[in-house]
Amino acid sequence: MDTKNAAVKLESVNNMLRAAITGEIDHHCAKNIRQEIDAALLSASPDKLIIDMSDVTFMDSSGLGLILGRYTKAEEVGTAFAVQGAHGRVRQMFDMAGLDRIITFEGDVKK
Amino acid sequence: MKKSANTLKLQFDSLSQNESLARSLAAAFVMQLNPTVAELADIKCAVSEAVTNCTVHAYRDAVGPVYMAMHAYENRKIKIEIRDAGCGIPDVETAMQPLYTTDAENERSGMGFTVMDSFMDGLTVRSRPGKGTKVTMIKKLSALPR
Repeated sequence: MDTKNAAVKLESVNNMLRAAITGEIDHHCAKNIRQEIDAALLSASPDKLIIDMSDVTFMDSSGLGLILGRYTKAEEVGTAFAVQGAHGRVRQMFDMAGLDRIITFEGDVKK
Repeated sequence: MKKSANTLKLQFDSLSQNESLARSLAAAFVMQLNPTVAELADIKCAVSEAVTNCTVHAYRDAVGPVYMAMHAYENRKIKIEIRDAGCGIPDVETAMQPLYTTDAENERSGMGFTVMDSFMDGLTVRSRPGKGTKVTMIKKLSALPR
């Protein structure tokens, strides 16, 4: 099967926390990603949290909950928040849920 | 509806690792009809939502059977039925409202039925409390280029 469970790679640079998610975001793997990002967010207290979704290959509504939850968490601790590289179908999902009115989307990540 | 040209019936446990399995199997079944990339993505996402509902809501903390039946018709119509024997939905109309969720603490977005409805060409939800829920989705694939 050509499915790849989502994973997250965390990187902290200049007090900015970047969480790069890869693979397929569904309910099965959303919880682990949530816990990893939240642990890093609370321990690093960065100025900004960036979720990089350039390499997300599939996302259902579990991804909407995951991103909205991280946005809320960042707000709570006074950290700026942005989503980068949400392309095609992933971006369409956010727009459908109206999250484009709440969350800052930045352009594709330069590779 | 006419007799289907091809049918695949599956039963699997309502375990979260079967969410990706279910959408992959749906994609593999539909691939026989040469769907567009967008149509395939629509179907995968809708199936993922329906199966996640069985995992998260129908059986709650327990595990139960999920029945999935896929039918392909001569006119390039696909019918996918996903059924559980779980707790059922007391008020289907309310449950189908965008952003409505009974599980906000686990960050469920409440967009599952909206996604199914938006990405498919037909969606019917039948449910009886204590008996289970059956979701029927129709997708009409575009004609093949000549």
